[in-house]
Amino acid sequence: MYAVRRWSVRHARGLSRVYASFEALLVRLAPLLERIGYPRLERPVAATERAVKGLLFDCKMCGSCVLSSTGMSCPMNCPKQLRNGPCGGVRADGNCEVKPEMRCVWVEAWRGAERIPGGLEAIQQVQAPVDRRLEGTSAWLRVVREKRGAQA
Amino acid sequence: MKFEDEPVPGYPLPILPGHTSPGRFERVLRAGAFAVTAELAPPDSADPDDVYRRARVFDGYVDAINATDGSGANCHMSSLAVCALLTSVGYAPVMQISCRDKNRIAIQGDILGGAAMGVCNVLCLTGDGVQAGDHPQAKAVFDLDSVSLLGIARGLRDEHRFESGRKITHAPRVLLGAAENPNVSPVEHRALRLAKKIAAGAQFVQTQYCYDIPLLRRFMTAAEDAGLLERVFILIGVGPLRTAKAGEWMRTHVPGIHIPDPVIARMKGATDQTREGLNLCVDLIQEIRAIKGVSGVHVMAYRQEEAVAEVIERSGILAGRVPWYPGRDPQTDADRKTS
Repeated sequence: MYAVRRWSVRHARGLSRVYASFEALLVRLAPLLERIGYPRLERPVAATERAVKGLLFDCKMCGSCVLSSTGMSCPMNCPKQLRNGPCGGVRADGNCEVKPEMRCVWVEAWRGAERIPGGLEAIQQVQAPVDRRLEGTSAWLRVVREKRGAQA
Repeated sequence: MKFEDEPVPGYPLPILPGHTSPGRFERVLRAGAFAVTAELAPPDSADPDDVYRRARVFDGYVDAINATDGSGANCHMSSLAVCALLTSVGYAPVMQISCRDKNRIAIQGDILGGAAMGVCNVLCLTGDGVQAGDHPQAKAVFDLDSVSLLGIARGLRDEHRFESGRKITHAPRVLLGAAENPNVSPVEHRALRLAKKIAAGAQFVQTQYCYDIPLLRRFMTAAEDAGLLERVFILIGVGPLRTAKAGEWMRTHVPGIHIPDPVIARMKGATDQTREGLNLCVDLIQEIRAIKGVSGVHVMAYRQEEAVAEVIERSGILAGRVPWYPGRDPQTDADRKTS
Protein backbone atom coordinates (compact mmCIF):
# COMPACT_ATOMS: atom_id res chain seq x y z
CA MET A 1 0.00 0.00 0.00
CA TYR A 2 1.32 3.40 -1.01
CA ALA A 3 0.86 5.08 2.40
CA VAL A 4 2.55 2.18 4.21
CA ARG A 5 5.37 2.15 1.65
CA ARG A 6 6.10 5.78 2.39
CA TRP A 7 5.89 5.12 6.14
CA SER A 8 8.53 2.42 5.67
CA VAL A 9 10.92 4.89 4.06
CA ARG A 10 10.40 7.30 6.94
CA HIS A 11 11.27 4.45 9.29
CA ALA A 12 14.10 3.10 7.16
CA ARG A 13 16.54 3.15 10.05
CA GLY A 14 14.41 1.01 12.36
CA LEU A 15 13.39 -1.35 9.57
CA SER A 16 16.94 -1.89 8.41
CA ARG A 17 17.91 -2.73 11.99
CA VAL A 18 15.03 -5.18 12.31
CA TYR A 19 16.00 -6.80 9.03
CA ALA A 20 19.66 -7.09 10.05
CA SER A 21 18.67 -9.01 13.21
CA PHE A 22 16.21 -11.13 11.26
CA GLU A 23 18.85 -12.00 8.68
CA ALA A 24 21.34 -12.90 11.41
CA LEU A 25 18.71 -15.14 12.99
CA LEU A 26 18.00 -16.86 9.68
CA VAL A 27 21.69 -17.48 9.11
CA ARG A 28 21.96 -18.98 12.61
CA LEU A 29 18.98 -21.18 11.84
CA ALA A 30 20.53 -22.28 8.57
CA PRO A 31 21.49 -25.80 9.76
CA LEU A 32 17.86 -26.35 10.68
CA LEU A 33 16.64 -24.89 7.39
CA GLU A 34 19.03 -27.17 5.54
CA ARG A 35 17.71 -30.21 7.41
CA ILE A 36 14.14 -29.33 6.40
CA GLY A 37 15.40 -28.64 2.88
CA TYR A 38 15.25 -25.35 0.97
CA PRO A 39 12.99 -26.69 -1.80
CA ARG A 40 10.37 -27.66 0.80
CA LEU A 41 10.70 -24.26 2.52
CA GLU A 42 10.58 -22.21 -0.65
CA ARG A 43 6.80 -21.96 -1.01
CA PRO A 44 5.79 -21.14 2.58
CA VAL A 45 8.73 -18.76 3.09
CA ALA A 46 8.12 -17.00 -0.22
CA ALA A 47 4.43 -16.63 0.70
CA THR A 48 5.35 -15.12 4.06
CA GLU A 49 7.92 -12.84 2.47
CA ARG A 50 5.37 -11.72 -0.11
CA ALA A 51 2.85 -10.90 2.61
CA VAL A 52 5.25 -9.05 4.91
CA LYS A 53 7.22 -7.16 2.29
CA GLY A 54 4.15 -6.66 0.15
CA LEU A 55 2.51 -4.82 3.03
CA LEU A 56 5.57 -2.78 4.02
CA PHE A 57 7.19 -2.02 0.67
CA ASP A 58 4.74 -2.98 -2.08
CA CYS A 59 7.32 -5.68 -2.77
CA LYS A 60 7.15 -7.18 -6.27
CA MET A 61 9.04 -10.37 -5.33
CA CYS A 62 11.84 -9.81 -7.84
CA GLY A 63 13.84 -12.32 -5.80
CA SER A 64 16.93 -10.06 -5.84
CA CYS A 65 16.07 -7.78 -2.93
CA VAL A 66 18.17 -4.62 -2.64
CA LEU A 67 16.04 -2.72 -0.10
CA SER A 68 19.02 -2.26 2.22
CA SER A 69 20.82 -0.40 -0.58
CA THR A 70 17.83 1.69 -1.63
CA GLY A 71 16.77 3.29 1.63
CA MET A 72 13.92 0.76 2.03
CA SER A 73 12.22 2.11 -1.09
CA CYS A 74 11.59 -0.80 -3.45
CA PRO A 75 12.96 0.07 -6.91
CA MET A 76 10.64 -2.41 -8.60
CA ASN A 77 7.82 0.06 -7.96
CA CYS A 78 9.51 2.39 -10.42
CA PRO A 79 7.56 2.05 -13.69
CA LYS A 80 10.92 1.63 -15.42
CA GLN A 81 12.17 -0.72 -12.70
CA LEU A 82 15.33 1.34 -12.35
CA ARG A 83 17.67 -0.21 -9.82
CA ASN A 84 20.49 2.31 -10.03
CA GLY A 85 18.97 5.70 -9.45
CA PRO A 86 16.28 7.98 -10.84
CA CYS A 87 15.68 8.68 -14.51
CA GLY A 88 15.92 12.17 -15.97
CA GLY A 89 12.18 12.69 -16.01
CA VAL A 90 11.45 13.28 -12.33
CA ARG A 91 8.89 16.06 -11.96
CA ALA A 92 9.65 19.35 -10.22
CA ASP A 93 7.56 18.24 -7.22
CA GLY A 94 9.61 15.03 -6.94
CA ASN A 95 6.90 12.85 -8.43
CA CYS A 96 7.14 10.23 -11.14
CA GLU A 97 7.17 11.03 -14.85
CA VAL A 98 5.03 8.01 -15.70
CA LYS A 99 2.70 8.09 -12.68
CA PRO A 100 2.32 11.76 -11.76
CA GLU A 101 0.40 10.95 -8.55
CA MET A 102 3.26 8.81 -7.20
CA ARG A 103 6.40 10.05 -5.49
CA CYS A 104 9.58 9.08 -7.42
CA VAL A 105 10.81 5.83 -5.92
CA TRP A 106 14.38 7.15 -6.05
CA VAL A 107 13.66 10.50 -4.45
CA GLU A 108 12.24 8.40 -1.62
CA ALA A 109 15.22 6.04 -1.74
CA TRP A 110 17.67 8.85 -1.06
CA ARG A 111 15.56 10.08 1.83
CA GLY A 112 15.56 6.59 3.29
CA ALA A 113 19.27 6.07 2.64
CA GLU A 114 20.09 9.23 4.57
CA ARG A 115 18.42 7.65 7.62
CA ILE A 116 20.29 4.35 7.51
CA PRO A 117 23.88 4.28 8.80
CA GLY A 118 26.01 3.61 5.74
CA GLY A 119 22.95 4.04 3.54
CA LEU A 120 24.52 6.66 1.30
CA GLU A 121 27.48 4.41 0.56
CA ALA A 122 25.15 1.48 -0.14
CA ILE A 123 23.02 3.47 -2.57
CA GLN A 124 26.14 4.24 -4.65
CA GLN A 125 26.79 0.56 -5.31
CA VAL A 126 26.17 -0.38 -8.93
CA GLN A 127 23.41 -2.99 -8.99
CA ALA A 128 23.62 -5.78 -11.54
CA PRO A 129 20.61 -6.35 -13.77
CA VAL A 130 17.88 -8.49 -12.25
CA ASP A 131 18.04 -12.23 -12.78
CA ARG A 132 14.47 -12.66 -14.01
CA ARG A 133 14.54 -16.38 -13.15
CA LEU A 134 14.41 -15.45 -9.47
CA GLU A 135 11.10 -13.62 -9.79
CA GLY A 136 8.60 -14.95 -7.26
CA THR A 137 11.24 -16.73 -5.19
CA SER A 138 12.31 -15.93 -1.65
CA ALA A 139 15.16 -13.45 -1.38
CA TRP A 140 15.49 -14.31 2.32
CA LEU A 141 16.36 -17.93 1.60
CA ARG A 142 18.67 -16.90 -1.21
CA VAL A 143 20.60 -14.62 1.16
CA VAL A 144 20.90 -17.39 3.75
CA ARG A 145 22.21 -19.81 1.14
CA GLU A 146 24.69 -17.24 -0.15
CA LYS A 147 25.94 -16.33 3.32
CA ARG A 148 26.31 -20.00 4.22
CA GLY A 149 28.12 -20.60 0.97
CA ALA A 150 30.52 -17.79 1.80
CA GLN A 151 31.15 -19.22 5.30
CA ALA A 152 31.83 -22.70 3.97
CA MET B 1 41.40 19.24 -36.70
CA LYS B 2 42.90 16.99 -39.34
CA PHE B 3 44.36 13.60 -38.69
CA GLU B 4 47.35 12.34 -40.64
CA ASP B 5 45.99 8.85 -40.68
CA GLU B 6 42.52 9.81 -41.91
CA PRO B 7 41.21 6.77 -43.79
CA VAL B 8 38.73 6.55 -46.61
CA PRO B 9 35.18 7.05 -45.41
CA GLY B 10 33.64 4.09 -43.69
CA TYR B 11 36.94 2.69 -42.44
CA PRO B 12 37.96 3.05 -38.80
CA LEU B 13 40.89 5.16 -37.67
CA PRO B 14 43.76 3.38 -35.95
CA ILE B 15 43.21 3.23 -32.19
CA LEU B 16 45.65 5.54 -30.43
CA PRO B 17 47.30 4.54 -27.14
CA GLY B 18 44.96 5.20 -24.22
CA HIS B 19 41.92 5.31 -26.49
CA THR B 20 39.16 2.75 -26.40
CA SER B 21 37.66 3.35 -29.84
CA PRO B 22 38.88 3.95 -33.38
CA GLY B 23 36.53 6.93 -33.46
CA ARG B 24 37.04 10.52 -34.46
CA PHE B 25 34.85 11.75 -31.60
CA GLU B 26 37.08 10.21 -28.93
CA ARG B 27 40.13 11.76 -30.60
CA VAL B 28 38.60 15.22 -30.52
CA LEU B 29 37.68 14.84 -26.84
CA ARG B 30 41.05 13.47 -25.79
CA ALA B 31 42.86 16.15 -27.78
CA GLY B 32 41.11 18.69 -25.54
CA ALA B 33 39.15 20.43 -28.28
CA PHE B 34 35.73 21.83 -27.39
CA ALA B 35 33.52 19.20 -28.99
CA VAL B 36 30.18 19.63 -30.68
CA THR B 37 27.58 16.91 -31.10
CA ALA B 38 24.13 17.25 -32.57
CA GLU B 39 21.00 15.19 -32.46
CA LEU B 40 19.60 13.77 -35.67
CA ALA B 41 15.92 12.92 -35.56
CA PRO B 42 15.57 9.60 -37.42
CA PRO B 43 12.94 9.86 -40.16
CA ASP B 44 9.53 8.23 -40.28
CA SER B 45 10.59 6.75 -43.57
CA ALA B 46 12.53 3.89 -45.14
CA ASP B 47 14.45 6.18 -47.48
CA PRO B 48 18.19 6.41 -46.74
CA ASP B 49 18.33 9.82 -48.39
CA ASP B 50 16.12 11.17 -45.62
CA VAL B 51 18.92 10.24 -43.22
CA TYR B 52 21.72 11.70 -45.34
CA ARG B 53 19.78 14.91 -45.89
CA ARG B 54 19.36 15.29 -42.13
CA ALA B 55 23.05 14.62 -41.52
CA ARG B 56 24.29 16.98 -44.23
CA VAL B 57 22.91 20.10 -42.53
CA PHE B 58 25.52 19.60 -39.80
CA ASP B 59 28.49 19.27 -42.22
CA GLY B 60 31.54 21.09 -40.95
CA TYR B 61 30.03 21.95 -37.58
CA VAL B 62 29.71 18.78 -35.53
CA ASP B 63 32.14 16.11 -34.37
CA ALA B 64 29.52 13.42 -33.91
CA ILE B 65 25.86 12.90 -34.71
CA ASN B 66 23.53 11.31 -32.20
CA ALA B 67 21.03 8.89 -33.68
CA THR B 68 18.13 8.78 -31.25
CA ASP B 69 16.46 5.50 -30.35
CA GLY B 70 12.71 5.99 -30.41
CA SER B 71 13.06 9.33 -28.67
CA GLY B 72 10.09 10.39 -26.60
CA ALA B 73 8.86 6.80 -27.02
CA ASN B 74 7.85 7.60 -30.61
CA CYS B 75 8.41 5.20 -33.46
CA HIS B 76 11.05 6.15 -36.05
CA MET B 77 13.80 4.46 -38.09
CA SER B 78 16.03 2.48 -35.71
CA SER B 79 19.16 4.10 -34.34
CA LEU B 80 21.24 1.10 -35.44
CA ALA B 81 20.13 1.52 -39.05
CA VAL B 82 20.68 5.28 -39.02
CA CYS B 83 24.17 4.71 -37.63
CA ALA B 84 24.96 2.09 -40.29
CA LEU B 85 23.94 4.53 -43.02
CA LEU B 86 26.01 7.31 -41.45
CA THR B 87 29.18 5.25 -40.96
CA SER B 88 29.05 4.00 -44.53
CA VAL B 89 29.92 7.50 -45.71
CA GLY B 90 32.30 8.23 -42.84
CA TYR B 91 30.23 10.17 -40.33
CA ALA B 92 30.89 9.55 -36.64
CA PRO B 93 27.55 8.65 -35.08
CA VAL B 94 26.68 8.22 -31.43
CA MET B 95 24.35 5.24 -31.30
CA GLN B 96 21.72 5.82 -28.64
CA ILE B 97 20.34 2.73 -26.96
CA SER B 98 17.26 2.90 -24.81
CA CYS B 99 16.27 0.13 -22.40
CA ARG B 100 12.59 0.66 -23.07
CA ASP B 101 12.16 -1.40 -26.21
CA LYS B 102 14.70 -4.21 -26.06
CA ASN B 103 15.92 -6.78 -23.59
CA ARG B 104 19.56 -7.62 -22.89
CA ILE B 105 19.71 -10.19 -25.68
CA ALA B 106 18.68 -7.70 -28.35
CA ILE B 107 20.74 -4.85 -26.94
CA GLN B 108 24.01 -6.78 -26.79
CA GLY B 109 23.43 -7.96 -30.34
CA ASP B 110 22.94 -4.35 -31.42
CA ILE B 111 26.18 -3.25 -29.77
CA LEU B 112 28.12 -5.93 -31.63
CA GLY B 113 26.28 -5.19 -34.86
CA GLY B 114 26.78 -1.45 -34.52
CA ALA B 115 30.49 -1.83 -33.84
CA ALA B 116 30.80 -4.18 -36.81
CA MET B 117 29.38 -1.42 -39.00
CA GLY B 118 31.76 1.21 -37.69
CA VAL B 119 29.87 2.68 -34.75
CA CYS B 120 32.46 3.94 -32.26
CA ASN B 121 30.23 5.67 -29.71
CA VAL B 122 27.31 4.28 -27.75
CA LEU B 123 25.05 6.32 -25.50
CA CYS B 124 23.38 4.17 -22.85
CA LEU B 125 19.95 5.44 -21.87
CA THR B 126 17.03 4.26 -19.81
CA GLY B 127 14.51 5.82 -22.18
CA ASP B 128 11.18 7.55 -21.77
CA GLY B 129 8.19 5.57 -20.62
CA VAL B 130 5.84 4.33 -23.36
CA GLN B 131 3.08 6.59 -22.04
CA ALA B 132 5.02 9.58 -23.43
CA GLY B 133 4.93 8.53 -27.05
CA ASP B 134 2.74 7.59 -29.98
CA HIS B 135 2.33 3.95 -28.89
CA PRO B 136 1.15 4.10 -25.26
CA GLN B 137 -0.43 0.67 -25.79
CA ALA B 138 3.03 -0.93 -26.21
CA LYS B 139 4.79 -3.16 -23.69
CA ALA B 140 7.63 -1.37 -21.91
CA VAL B 141 10.62 -3.70 -21.57
CA PHE B 142 13.12 -2.14 -19.14
CA ASP B 143 14.98 -5.41 -18.66
CA LEU B 144 18.07 -3.27 -17.92
CA ASP B 145 18.57 0.28 -16.71
CA SER B 146 21.09 2.76 -18.09
CA VAL B 147 23.66 1.89 -15.42
CA SER B 148 23.47 -1.87 -15.83
CA LEU B 149 23.53 -1.36 -19.61
CA LEU B 150 26.79 0.59 -19.25
CA GLY B 151 28.22 -2.27 -17.20
CA ILE B 152 27.22 -4.83 -19.80
CA ALA B 153 28.61 -2.76 -22.67
CA ARG B 154 31.90 -2.38 -20.83
CA GLY B 155 31.95 -6.13 -20.22
CA LEU B 156 31.57 -6.72 -23.95
CA ARG B 157 34.40 -4.33 -24.72
CA ASP B 158 36.89 -4.93 -21.91
CA GLU B 159 36.22 -8.48 -20.80
CA HIS B 160 35.16 -9.78 -24.18
CA ARG B 161 32.06 -11.47 -22.84
CA PHE B 162 28.30 -11.27 -22.83
CA GLU B 163 26.41 -10.66 -19.60
CA SER B 164 25.93 -14.42 -19.44
CA GLY B 165 29.70 -14.84 -19.31
CA ARG B 166 29.91 -16.41 -22.75
CA LYS B 167 33.01 -15.24 -24.63
CA ILE B 168 32.95 -13.14 -27.77
CA THR B 169 35.76 -13.38 -30.28
CA HIS B 170 36.12 -9.73 -31.31
CA ALA B 171 35.22 -7.01 -28.81
CA PRO B 172 33.29 -3.88 -29.84
CA ARG B 173 35.75 -0.97 -29.63
CA VAL B 174 33.35 1.71 -28.46
CA LEU B 175 33.41 4.85 -26.36
CA LEU B 176 30.64 4.63 -23.78
CA GLY B 177 28.38 7.50 -22.91
CA ALA B 178 25.55 8.25 -20.53
CA ALA B 179 22.97 10.95 -20.07
CA GLU B 180 22.46 13.22 -17.10
CA ASN B 181 19.88 15.79 -16.19
CA PRO B 182 21.25 18.42 -13.80
CA ASN B 183 17.86 20.14 -13.61
CA VAL B 184 15.52 17.69 -12.00
CA SER B 185 14.83 16.28 -8.58
CA PRO B 186 16.79 15.18 -6.59
CA VAL B 187 19.06 18.01 -7.78
CA GLU B 188 21.46 17.61 -4.85
CA HIS B 189 22.13 13.98 -5.76
CA ARG B 190 22.51 14.30 -9.54
CA ALA B 191 26.31 14.46 -9.39
CA LEU B 192 26.35 11.29 -7.30
CA ARG B 193 24.19 9.58 -9.86
CA LEU B 194 26.70 10.62 -12.50
CA ALA B 195 29.45 9.14 -10.34
CA LYS B 196 27.59 5.86 -10.39
CA LYS B 197 27.36 5.95 -14.17
CA ILE B 198 31.10 6.62 -14.40
CA ALA B 199 31.75 3.72 -12.04
CA ALA B 200 29.66 1.55 -14.35
CA GLY B 201 31.64 2.59 -17.44
CA ALA B 202 30.55 6.01 -18.73
CA GLN B 203 33.39 7.88 -20.46
CA PHE B 204 31.37 10.80 -21.78
CA VAL B 205 28.11 12.42 -20.76
CA GLN B 206 25.54 14.32 -22.76
CA THR B 207 23.07 16.25 -20.64
CA GLN B 208 19.46 17.21 -21.04
CA TYR B 209 18.81 20.82 -22.13
CA CYS B 210 20.40 23.26 -19.69
CA TYR B 211 18.68 26.64 -19.79
CA ASP B 212 19.38 27.39 -16.12
CA ILE B 213 23.04 28.38 -15.92
CA PRO B 214 23.23 28.88 -12.11
CA LEU B 215 21.75 25.42 -11.62
CA LEU B 216 24.25 23.98 -14.12
CA ARG B 217 27.13 25.67 -12.30
CA ARG B 218 25.96 24.07 -9.06
CA PHE B 219 25.92 20.68 -10.72
CA MET B 220 29.38 21.15 -12.20
CA THR B 221 30.75 22.26 -8.83
CA ALA B 222 29.24 19.17 -7.20
CA ALA B 223 30.79 17.04 -9.96
CA GLU B 224 34.16 18.69 -9.36
CA ASP B 225 33.88 18.14 -5.60
CA ALA B 226 33.14 14.48 -6.26
CA GLY B 227 36.31 14.30 -8.40
CA LEU B 228 34.41 13.49 -11.60
CA LEU B 229 35.79 16.12 -13.97
CA GLU B 230 38.99 14.21 -14.71
CA ARG B 231 37.14 10.97 -15.23
CA VAL B 232 34.51 11.92 -17.80
CA PHE B 233 33.94 14.26 -20.74
CA ILE B 234 30.84 16.35 -20.11
CA LEU B 235 28.86 17.78 -23.03
CA ILE B 236 26.06 20.12 -22.07
CA GLY B 237 22.72 19.92 -23.85
CA VAL B 238 21.52 23.06 -25.61
CA GLY B 239 18.92 23.93 -28.20
CA PRO B 240 17.14 26.93 -29.68
CA LEU B 241 13.57 27.58 -28.60
CA ARG B 242 11.26 28.37 -31.51
CA THR B 243 8.83 30.57 -29.57
CA ALA B 244 8.05 31.47 -25.97
CA LYS B 245 4.90 29.40 -26.28
CA ALA B 246 6.86 26.36 -27.44
CA GLY B 247 9.12 26.81 -24.41
CA GLU B 248 6.12 27.00 -22.09
CA TRP B 249 4.66 23.88 -23.66
CA MET B 250 7.94 21.97 -23.38
CA ARG B 251 8.50 22.76 -19.75
CA THR B 252 4.98 21.77 -18.74
CA HIS B 253 4.54 18.71 -20.95
CA VAL B 254 7.95 17.16 -21.57
CA PRO B 255 9.29 15.31 -18.52
CA GLY B 256 12.73 16.43 -17.38
CA ILE B 257 12.80 19.79 -19.14
CA HIS B 258 13.35 22.83 -16.98
CA ILE B 259 13.25 26.33 -18.46
CA PRO B 260 13.47 29.19 -15.95
CA ASP B 261 11.02 32.10 -16.14
CA PRO B 262 13.58 34.75 -17.24
CA VAL B 263 14.31 32.66 -20.37
CA ILE B 264 10.62 32.54 -21.27
CA ALA B 265 10.31 36.26 -20.52
CA ARG B 266 13.24 37.06 -22.81
CA MET B 267 11.59 35.09 -25.62
CA LYS B 268 8.22 36.78 -25.02
CA GLY B 269 9.79 40.22 -25.17
CA ALA B 270 11.30 39.70 -28.62
CA THR B 271 9.63 40.80 -31.83
CA ASP B 272 11.14 37.92 -33.80
CA GLN B 273 10.97 35.08 -31.29
CA THR B 274 12.59 32.42 -33.47
CA ARG B 275 15.57 34.71 -34.05
CA GLU B 276 15.73 35.47 -30.34
CA GLY B 277 15.71 31.72 -29.68
CA LEU B 278 18.90 31.42 -31.75
CA ASN B 279 20.47 34.43 -29.98
CA LEU B 280 19.62 32.89 -26.63
CA CYS B 281 21.17 29.61 -27.68
CA VAL B 282 24.39 31.35 -28.76
CA ASP B 283 24.53 33.20 -25.42
CA LEU B 284 23.96 29.99 -23.47
CA ILE B 285 26.71 28.17 -25.39
CA GLN B 286 29.16 30.98 -24.66
CA GLU B 287 28.31 30.91 -20.96
CA ILE B 288 28.57 27.13 -20.89
CA ARG B 289 31.93 27.24 -22.67
CA ALA B 290 33.34 29.24 -19.75
CA ILE B 291 32.29 26.74 -17.08
CA LYS B 292 35.12 24.62 -15.75
CA GLY B 293 35.01 20.97 -16.72
CA VAL B 294 32.77 21.30 -19.76
CA SER B 295 34.17 19.42 -22.77
CA GLY B 296 31.60 20.45 -25.33
CA VAL B 297 27.98 21.01 -26.20
CA HIS B 298 25.29 18.67 -27.43
CA VAL B 299 22.85 20.51 -29.69
CA MET B 300 19.30 19.23 -29.78
CA ALA B 301 17.53 21.49 -32.27
CA TYR B 302 14.42 19.48 -32.93
CA ARG B 303 12.83 20.74 -36.17
CA GLN B 304 15.39 23.54 -36.31
CA GLU B 305 18.34 21.40 -37.36
CA GLU B 306 19.17 23.74 -40.25
CA ALA B 307 19.88 26.47 -37.68
CA VAL B 308 22.59 24.46 -35.88
CA ALA B 309 25.39 25.57 -38.21
CA GLU B 310 24.56 29.24 -37.66
CA VAL B 311 24.39 28.84 -33.89
CA ILE B 312 27.74 27.05 -33.74
CA GLU B 313 29.32 29.52 -36.13
CA ARG B 314 28.16 32.54 -34.15
CA SER B 315 29.13 31.06 -30.80
CA GLY B 316 32.72 30.73 -32.02
CA ILE B 317 33.31 27.53 -30.05
CA LEU B 318 35.00 25.70 -32.89
CA ALA B 319 37.74 28.33 -32.86
CA GLY B 320 38.43 27.91 -36.56
CA ARG B 321 38.33 24.12 -36.44
CA VAL B 322 36.35 22.34 -39.19
CA PRO B 323 35.08 18.96 -38.00
CA TRP B 324 35.33 16.20 -40.57
CA TYR B 325 32.52 15.65 -43.03
CA PRO B 326 32.31 13.65 -46.26
CA GLY B 327 34.23 15.60 -48.88
CA ARG B 328 36.10 17.88 -46.50
CA ASP B 329 39.47 16.68 -47.80
CA PRO B 330 38.90 15.77 -51.46
CA GLN B 331 42.61 15.50 -52.30
CA THR B 332 43.41 13.22 -49.34
CA ASP B 333 40.42 11.04 -50.15
CA ALA B 334 41.58 10.67 -53.75
CA ASP B 335 45.15 9.82 -52.70
CA ARG B 336 44.00 7.19 -50.23
CA LYS B 337 41.64 5.56 -52.66
CA THR B 338 44.36 5.12 -55.28
CA SER B 339 47.09 4.01 -52.89
